[in-house]
Amino acid sequence: MIKFQNVSKIYSSKTAALDGVSFEVNKKEFVSIVGKSGSGKTTLFKLILAEEKPTSGRIFFDSKEVQKAKVKELPELRRKIGAVFQDYKLLHSKNVYENIAYAMEVIGASDEEIKKDVAEVLEIVGLTNRANNFPVELSGGEKQRVAIARALIHRPEVILADEPTGNLDPYNTLDIMRLLLKINEAGTTVVLATHNKDIINSLDKRVITLQDGKIIRDEENGRFIL
Amino acid sequence: MTTLFKRIFKSGWKNCSREKGLVAANIFILVLAISTLTSLYLLKDVSNFLVSSIQEKVDISVYFKIDATEEEILKIKEEVAQIPEVKEVKYVSQEEALASFSDRHKDDPVLMQSLDEIGDNPFYASLNIRAFEASQYQAVADFLNNSNFTGLVEKVDYYQRKPVIEKIFSFVSNMNTIGIIFSFLLIIIAVSIAFNTIRLAIYSSREEIKIQRLVGASNWFIRGPFLVQGAICGFFAFLICLILFTLFTWIFGPKTEFLFPGLNLFTFFIANFWIIVFIQLSSGVGLGVVSSLIAVRRHLKI
Repeated sequence: MIKFQNVSKIYSSKTAALDGVSFEVNKKEFVSIVGKSGSGKTTLFKLILAEEKPTSGRIFFDSKEVQKAKVKELPELRRKIGAVFQDYKLLHSKNVYENIAYAMEVIGASDEEIKKDVAEVLEIVGLTNRANNFPVELSGGEKQRVAIARALIHRPEVILADEPTGNLDPYNTLDIMRLLLKINEAGTTVVLATHNKDIINSLDKRVITLQDGKIIRDEENGRFIL
Repeated sequence: MTTLFKRIFKSGWKNCSREKGLVAANIFILVLAISTLTSLYLLKDVSNFLVSSIQEKVDISVYFKIDATEEEILKIKEEVAQIPEVKEVKYVSQEEALASFSDRHKDDPVLMQSLDEIGDNPFYASLNIRAFEASQYQAVADFLNNSNFTGLVEKVDYYQRKPVIEKIFSFVSNMNTIGIIFSFLLIIIAVSIAFNTIRLAIYSSREEIKIQRLVGASNWFIRGPFLVQGAICGFFAFLICLILFTLFTWIFGPKTEFLFPGLNLFTFFIANFWIIVFIQLSSGVGLGVVSSLIAVRRHLKI
């Protein structure tokens, strides 16, 4: 489903965010990407979303080469991906309900569908009573839950979650992880980037370890080893 | 498609209601731009009125000898009227010239006394000739000098008036050129200020535009609400300008008529109401929409 072929991303002559990275993520797989800060996890997600172009190498999504997609083809690609960003990337001019509904609006869902699904997702992430609040009025954890709800709502083929539990308390962290696992069981591919050792070790799923932009380990039923 | 349009309009309207400060700033700048364009339109007609009243005052007079009869002069008048360059010919008899002089100087006892002392009517019968353009007066004067009735002519005052006529027309022509350049400059300044204000407002939303792209929104889905917002700002700016100009011309209309008889700004405004509505509405909405369109474009490349 997602394929990296010898991908490098160099921001300046001295810094390579990714250096000759190759791996493949299959449909319905749950893959965790681990690594220290600056190891290239976020860059990897940016490349999948075509937010940035690789310096060299090729990236495929559903056998389509991502970096060759034209600007007008990108929305179609991005609608297949539900992304949870490390910095949430919420729309500050819209309230919680509208932020979540936006992902459905762009795919052309009907008003009835949107109303029903958003209410459901808000219930799942425990933000029903915050539906009319704006991002500026939310705590870090609440923002993160809105970002997760937005990533899930349109039932994407893949969920890219960059530190989705970074600002959550242990109770909420567990809830979100259960949710991601449930989504994965329902057939959605999940790529998770995290620092949380306990989460990785408890998942017992495939783990790709990045260090200085290189893959140093790729194990089925892997553990958090740095 | 209907759902898409409905969502774009709804989103544009919501953005307007939530970003009141930004919208107010945009409307204010658009009001300035529309006011500049409307003022130029009004000034163009005011200046045309003034120019034509100056031009109306320019003519040349042909004075006839005392022994020339009225019949002869009227015959000459008909001939002169046939000259293609001549716009209008007016016959002023000796009596009319005297009456006009007496009327003009009735409050000047010295002049009136002098006139009485002369006894006879000292004024010549004359033809006042008006040409279409300043350059044509020379041709009219040449015709008069070379015609077969030269013997009846006492004098043609073209040569005395020539420098004044040429100065007036050169002034009018220069004023037109300066007016056009000045108008263009003002239009460019007004449009650039409006464009840059809207561009700055949209620049502050660049992060939101980026997020919308990353969530999978198409360019039109992102661009649409900004265009609606621009159109709404333009429409409100138009309404404000229309009210302001109606009030302004209503208040100052009688004063302009006092200064320039025959020119009432309010009457002119009402007579050209729909043209002014068109200018204000199209410039307001057009500026709002086009500026938004250009400003959003550069943020959609991600």
